[in-house]
Amino acid sequence: MGKAEFLFLLKGLQWTIALSAVAFVCGTFTGLGVALMRTSGFRLLERATAGYIALFQGTPLLMQLFVVYYGLALYGLKLDAWVAIAIGFTLHASAYLGEIWRGAIEAVPRGQVEAARALSLGYVSRMKDVILPQALRISLPATIGFLVQLIKGTSLAAFVGFTELSRAGSMVSNQIFKPLLVFGIVGVIYFIICWPLSLYGARLERQFAAATR
Amino acid sequence: MNYTFDFGPVLEGFPNLLWGCLGTLGLALGGMALAIVIGVGGVVLRDSRFQPLRWLTIAFVEVIRNTPFLVQIYFIFFALPLAGILLNPTATAVIALGVNGGAYAIEIIRGGVQSINKGQIEAGLALGLRKSVVFRVIVLKPALRAIYPSLTSQFVLLTLTTSIASAVSAYELTSVAKRIESDSFRSFEVYGTITLMYLVMSWLVMVILNFISSRYFNYPTK
Repeated sequence: MGKAEFLFLLKGLQWTIALSAVAFVCGTFTGLGVALMRTSGFRLLERATAGYIALFQGTPLLMQLFVVYYGLALYGLKLDAWVAIAIGFTLHASAYLGEIWRGAIEAVPRGQVEAARALSLGYVSRMKDVILPQALRISLPATIGFLVQLIKGTSLAAFVGFTELSRAGSMVSNQIFKPLLVFGIVGVIYFIICWPLSLYGARLERQFAAATR
Repeated sequence: MNYTFDFGPVLEGFPNLLWGCLGTLGLALGGMALAIVIGVGGVVLRDSRFQPLRWLTIAFVEVIRNTPFLVQIYFIFFALPLAGILLNPTATAVIALGVNGGAYAIEIIRGGVQSINKGQIEAGLALGLRKSVVFRVIVLKPALRAIYPSLTSQFVLLTLTTSIASAVSAYELTSVAKRIESDSFRSFEVYGTITLMYLVMSWLVMVILNFISSRYFNYPTK
């Protein structure tokens, strides 16, 4: 494998990182919305978001991408392929992050909510100043775990012809007929990105377990 | 939106899609079985007295958990023939799913094994039980019981992951759907339909696994 092929892989890597970042950032906002609706106390909202989460956790990510990708095209929306894919990943991320943060919000001790109420804090202040900061800390290991999952998941964008790292790998491998070498290198690149995140997540989890013991 | 839905091709191919569902469930079942074998074996190796074996197991778990399944299945798909093992794509997919699920299973089962009280093992040995019996009855079964919920969600995830096996054209639902799609160009209808099929299958896997747990692990602990 020459320099040109390796640079092509790195170009794919750029897209992998861009796609992961966009999906994670957008998914953070929408996921927070999902988590807040899921714990809002309004039955209809809670049911609707529970259904949304169950739908995305019960179907393959690949199908979610296909349905969003081809579904948006039906509406005659002339979107760039990568925008359509980013929307698909964002919807996916918002369901998973919403579920993670719902758990975290519910794990904050009840006394905290009651104390905030007793101090007559409104909903916004109660969430922003009391509940969410504590929930964030609780949810951090799982959130990082999901980020790793998401980075690995972006490899599925290759199925709809988006040239991120995995698809760049397939293309190079088809060119130079050295699949083991190419996919080995691609695997190593993913590993270099994901492993530090996994280690960091595991460390936070241990710290948190030690702190609550 | 001026698009008219046409589910004709989907209805026409419905029997094939149902066969595809069976293929998916078969892949998932094979993958789960292999994952349990690798998981239990890995836990034994992970705590073996021979240090290189321990490191090898840790490396295996970390590598698999931090690389995408798509890259893994491609790698295995091309590596097996070089190792002189010629298998059809479906068998290759089962191996890839088992290897992937196995790495997660090692971590999950290990958590359960560590939760076993040392005194229980010593009590078992003091009663003159053989080491293998102690491992099976005193360590493994309660450990599996403790981690069963995490294992269940991992296996549901494995069932959903089978769709990626279509990359090496293993026989499962997504590749069947791909064929119908490329004949009819009804992408949204086809993939929308099989998305619902996946939803039903993941629910089915969960129900069955919960049923097994209610039978097999239904004994008093105190």
